[in-house]
Amino acid sequence: MIKAAFKMPGFTIGFILAMTFVLAALVSFFWTPFPTDIVDVPNKFQLPNRVNWLGTDHLGRDIFSMLMVGARTSIAVAVVAVGIGMGLGVPLGLAAAARKGSLLDEVIMRGNDLVFAFPALLIAILITAVFGPSAVNAIIAIGIFNIPVFARLSRGAALSLWTRDFVLSARVAGKGAVRISAEHILPNILNLLIVQGTIQFSLGILAEAALSYIGLGAQPPIPSWGRMLADSQTMASFAPHLALFPGAAIVLTVLGLNLMGDALRDLFDPKIRRGRE
Amino acid sequence: MTLLQIKNLNLSIGDTEILRDVSLTAEAGKIVAVIGESGSGKSMTAYCINQLLPRGAQVSGQVMFNGQDMLQISERELCGIRGQDIGMVFQEPMTALNPVQTIGAQVAETVLIHGAASKAEALKIARETLNRVGLPEAEFPLGRYPHELSGGQRQRVVIALAIALRPKLLIADEPTTALDVTTQAQILELLQKLVREDGMALLLISHDLGVVANVADNIAIMRRGEIVESGPVKQVFAEMNHEYTRALFAASNHVPERNAEAAEMPILKVSGLVRDYVLPRKTAFGVPPKLRAVNDVSFEVKRGESLGLVGESGCGKSTLTRAILGLDVVQSGLIEIDGQAVTAGHKVPRELRRKMQVVFQDPYGSFNPRHKVAKLVAEPFHLLDDAPKGTARRQAVEKTLIEVGMLTQDADKYIHEFSGGQRQRIAIARALIIKPELIILDEAVSALDVSIRAQILDLLAELSDRLGLSYLFISHDLSVVRAITDRVMVMKSGKIVETGETEAVFNTPKHHYTKALIDAAPVLENVR
Repeated sequence: MIKAAFKMPGFTIGFILAMTFVLAALVSFFWTPFPTDIVDVPNKFQLPNRVNWLGTDHLGRDIFSMLMVGARTSIAVAVVAVGIGMGLGVPLGLAAAARKGSLLDEVIMRGNDLVFAFPALLIAILITAVFGPSAVNAIIAIGIFNIPVFARLSRGAALSLWTRDFVLSARVAGKGAVRISAEHILPNILNLLIVQGTIQFSLGILAEAALSYIGLGAQPPIPSWGRMLADSQTMASFAPHLALFPGAAIVLTVLGLNLMGDALRDLFDPKIRRGRE
Repeated sequence: MTLLQIKNLNLSIGDTEILRDVSLTAEAGKIVAVIGESGSGKSMTAYCINQLLPRGAQVSGQVMFNGQDMLQISERELCGIRGQDIGMVFQEPMTALNPVQTIGAQVAETVLIHGAASKAEALKIARETLNRVGLPEAEFPLGRYPHELSGGQRQRVVIALAIALRPKLLIADEPTTALDVTTQAQILELLQKLVREDGMALLLISHDLGVVANVADNIAIMRRGEIVESGPVKQVFAEMNHEYTRALFAASNHVPERNAEAAEMPILKVSGLVRDYVLPRKTAFGVPPKLRAVNDVSFEVKRGESLGLVGESGCGKSTLTRAILGLDVVQSGLIEIDGQAVTAGHKVPRELRRKMQVVFQDPYGSFNPRHKVAKLVAEPFHLLDDAPKGTARRQAVEKTLIEVGMLTQDADKYIHEFSGGQRQRIAIARALIIKPELIILDEAVSALDVSIRAQILDLLAELSDRLGLSYLFISHDLSVVRAITDRVMVMKSGKIVETGETEAVFNTPKHHYTKALIDAAPVLENVR
């Protein structure tokens, strides 16, 4: 399976891109070229050079080191947020589909509508207003917004599967709704979930950037890609590299994840996989 | 007059050879039938005529239509010929019409595209054509939408679309396969009438020898991209020079040998079964109306017996199956399995459930595409309290696969690696693995080619002899039911209208509906 995945160019490129950032985040726990919490104002606005590989920001901090540490926040936020969304949303969606038309279905789906009715940013502002701004609260806010996305997707896909003959034969074999959902429905909607997962993952990174941008995400001095972008906006005219590098980091991570997601979806489909062999 | 002459036609798509040296002629006022099993290239032959070929197709040979070689002329000229001189009728009337356009607009469109008339005239032509295909103005105004019509009526609209400009050649690709027998007979009659009236040539493509035998003048039998035998119907059927013709003929009339003796004790007894569906409310606070899909049905299946259930689509066959299997809640009635009663509306206990299994119609939809065959076949083990594990489970799967004529190594393959017939064998293996006493076969052979169908029927007969199985055989196909069942029930609008010994019912039907069904069913014997 893993060998087959690396035969796909999309997966390999995506994997390398994503792993670069994960690795950077991990290494940053032990080593960065410069410390990110020490201000060195005389050394500010350096262009990329041999000492500061990607230059320095308005407080003289090394951008390369900031990106490494920022990757931690971005990746952690996205992973946990997608985890919350999938972990709660998929079971809810599957339950709603298994009991279609029942009170349970109504309660789950109307609850989803309620969450969907609020824009993600509004929920985030709501949560941070109550609990105070922090990276953890940003994670929870983005995660809650992900729940209805996965619930709706899995309910819709599961509904059409419930009418298929193979589900009927599973029922004839005496299997209950939980068992059928786990054995027959889930594997067949996995490809959709993976693709949606990578999209939500990239949206999570962007959402964290947006929250940090308006000051509700990771708080200084913890660097985050979103806050680096936010800080750089007033200086973009004379120091564009301040915005360019965190922006590029976001784009490349999202691109890598999407490439991996596409390849994984194909890999999970036995029909397509056979076609490739 | 020879209207269409195909000479030495070869077709390949990519590296695959589809047609080899196909020659065929069609004359005005005559019906040519092309018969073959799935994958024989019969539809591709039709697509070659009006050049509706998929990308990457390479054709050689000659397709002379009305003095022009269709392979040589430009796409622009082809567009003029398609619809104007060559009409086409497709298999599936449910998808061949645009659901958001009225039937009048769709028929008139063909006329308008070819610039044959003004809009008002086109609508007039559409009206006349719909009248001709048996959709009179009083009941079927031009403003009707496809969803308001039944399958047979839609197929009439599709035919009207094809003949609106009075084409010289009509190609009908399996025009009656998706229809019930009585509707099929009407559509075939209509096509014959149109050929007579307009003097057009009809190229009728079908997999069913019975359908074309009584309709066609000439016949061509195809196998693997080649025409193995052709000529006037009577002559081909009388001589049967090619072994494949003989095999096809034998398979179409195949009656498997059965020796099972029915015992007195019933394995399944159904009494007074009623199943209602709740329909959408007519007014906001009114009581929603009900549709009685199964109305007071009572019958029993004896041990070792094969009971047939015949009826047209919408008669309640499938609803009845689901009720017996305990998949749906019923409103009233009693189901007794092996002498133990299951009260209507309650769950079927596991120990009763394991006595029956089911085989569905669609060999493509009835398996989870993500699982390997070993897991698929072993699924009913869930009903056993002491289901075998590990190697014992694997051995049981392999044994059952061999029993249905598959190989042990098939257990490690995915379902998409098998053909329709093989999948149906695997479906039977899945039903057999926990050694049930009753197998419900819901149109289990309807989607298969005749030769594969004959093999599956033989397999079912052999299994019932050896294992003492009982079958409830549900089908719309009378010849299959006649071949495999001891007794038969005829169902119409949720009710059983006639029950009896199979031969007695077929030879001396009592109910007028049974008579109508048997009269409408295509019969091969008449031709010989």
